[in-house]
Amino acid sequence: MSENKKRQTIIPIGPFHPLQEEPEFFKLHVDGETVVDIEINLGYNHRGIEKLSEGKSYDQVTFLVERICGICSNAHPFAFSIAVEDILGIQPPERAQFIRTIIAELERIHSHLLWLGLAGHFLGYNTVFMWAWKYREPVLDIFEAITGNRNHYGMNKPGGVRRDIDNNDIPSILKMVNDLVLAVDMFKGAVLDDPVLHARLKGIGILKKEDAIEYAAVGPVARASGVAIDIRKDEPYAAYDRIKWNVIVEQDGDVYAKTQVRILELYQSIEIIRQCLKKLPDGPIDVKLKEITEGEGIGRIEAPRGECFHYVRSDGSNSPVRHKIRAPSYMNVPTAKASIVGQQIADATIILASVDPCYCCTERLSVVDAKSGNPVLDSEALIKMSQEKTKKLWKS
Amino acid sequence: MAKQLMFKIKERLGDLVFQFEEKSAKRIYLSVHKADIRQVASVLVKEFGSRFSIASGMDNVKNFEILYHFSFDDEGKVITVRTFVDKDSLEIDSLTQVLGAAAVWIEREMHELLGINFSGHPDLKKLLLSDAQWPDKKYPLRRDFKNE
Amino acid sequence: MSLKTKALTKSIWVFHLSTGSCNNCDIEILDLLTPRFDVERFGITLVGSIRHADALLVTGVVTKKVAPRLIKVYEQAPKPCLVIAMGACGCGQGIFRDGYNTYLPVDKVIPVDAYVPGCPPKPEAMILGIVKAVEKLKGKDRSSLRG
Repeated sequence: MSENKKRQTIIPIGPFHPLQEEPEFFKLHVDGETVVDIEINLGYNHRGIEKLSEGKSYDQVTFLVERICGICSNAHPFAFSIAVEDILGIQPPERAQFIRTIIAELERIHSHLLWLGLAGHFLGYNTVFMWAWKYREPVLDIFEAITGNRNHYGMNKPGGVRRDIDNNDIPSILKMVNDLVLAVDMFKGAVLDDPVLHARLKGIGILKKEDAIEYAAVGPVARASGVAIDIRKDEPYAAYDRIKWNVIVEQDGDVYAKTQVRILELYQSIEIIRQCLKKLPDGPIDVKLKEITEGEGIGRIEAPRGECFHYVRSDGSNSPVRHKIRAPSYMNVPTAKASIVGQQIADATIILASVDPCYCCTERLSVVDAKSGNPVLDSEALIKMSQEKTKKLWKS
Repeated sequence: MAKQLMFKIKERLGDLVFQFEEKSAKRIYLSVHKADIRQVASVLVKEFGSRFSIASGMDNVKNFEILYHFSFDDEGKVITVRTFVDKDSLEIDSLTQVLGAAAVWIEREMHELLGINFSGHPDLKKLLLSDAQWPDKKYPLRRDFKNE
Repeated sequence: MSLKTKALTKSIWVFHLSTGSCNNCDIEILDLLTPRFDVERFGITLVGSIRHADALLVTGVVTKKVAPRLIKVYEQAPKPCLVIAMGACGCGQGIFRDGYNTYLPVDKVIPVDAYVPGCPPKPEAMILGIVKAVEKLKGKDRSSLRG
């Protein structure tokens, strides 16, 4: 029995048996080697969180929304906390603002590294996957040291943060962050300066600037197409306007540009964390809130994938009356239509990955023949095609 | 400069806005009648260059409310356009004609979770709920929804 | 012990399936492959098809859309197949229990052999969970299988 099993280094993407009849997350319609259309089907992860929020107290909601997505688990409680603070018209204390910034930027680093690893895998650079995720580990270690958990940190709450950063931990965080610069230099060289990857990624999956604007795209997807929006600069929150840093914008809108933006943002995040740690003021870490008065508030932050938007309506009771949650991918995933139609199937996985949807969703990929509607390929085959294309470029 | 923007918007929209609330420098709420929503959205996006962030629909028991959130990235403001829809005529113009691709998903979502009809939407099918498990007339975000 | 189970417990090929989760458990499962944990040195490999799997790692609450597929996947798994429910969601739907789109917890849909609670469980806990499940199969049933 064991001889028949194929041994591969695989990311366990594609959990479902290929060629199933039910709708997949991404369904590509192809004519020969060209993608002519894409259907996007959501709902597999829909857990009715907005409704659940209405039955929870404001404090409980932060733990609930943390679990919307495991990668940006800080982004949602952060935006929610700001929305509640908007209702009350208050700001948390300075120390909390800096701690919030540090946690948010650490999250950006771990999220971009995660993405880099997956992108590497799709392209056939499994070393990039292993290295990117290896360098993610020290970031998760810092999270565990500061917050008690590698993921789902439970740091943000309306009024401030739940836990303080021990000043004695600052040198080790600084060291980790400084070590990371060397790793990012290596990725930059391995990915951005690699002529094979230039050939592989440049001109692929272009999202034109006018499309980025029409789809109201956000985050790195928008910034890679020349749309210079970043909530940290546009409507500064936490400590971002007290730090010197740059918004990374590229113009070409292709997969290469999206990769560039994410890698260069790593350097900016490292710089922001360094400055925050140096400037971390003393003082309380929260404002004690007695009640949430009647009103409405909006909180938005720049999550790793873009603007994370929360709207909260309060009627003076202990639970939100309405809590609208809009994750950045909600605006970005539809842009896949604009960037993938007309492209080759071998590039499909990397184009979809460049939009950076919830990674679990990229797996449910199916390909059907545009004319007959018959399934032709599954996600495993698509990933292989992508990896093969890179191999051909290595050889040439 | 920010004050100038609000002045210009007020001037441009005129009577279309029947209530104007400047909660803070960054949070403005405009109330408009549902019949005017397309025009107002068009002004804010096409003339003033704002970005559509998202829309929040809600069941207020006595009526339904839709809030359309527009981000003015250069000024760091969110201008929310609020409109009310009667329960007996739970319908409003789709903004897909004005906002294009950006409004397609959220209108589908508000339709399936609240039962609001967006007339003129190209394809108002379910977005999040499975067709098999969610027959018509079951709207989870409504106040009277019972979870079995 | 039969020849089949003996072969099974030499190296364990694992298929991972998310039934509607925040993906944190799924990422930690992927993490098991990376250099720090490197489960491949224990003979634990993640495979791309349920038909090659000895064990099924299930995460998530089981949303209504996914439920039929979970059953289908389990049916397609060659038996014996160890089922390990990962994370608070996998063990009992966690914080999403009362949601309108959540179906039944994993162990009411398919039989579960081991539970690894946590939100998310640490990678070490996941490895322990897999090991305990394998030991159950070998017959060294520890008093509690809660990883």
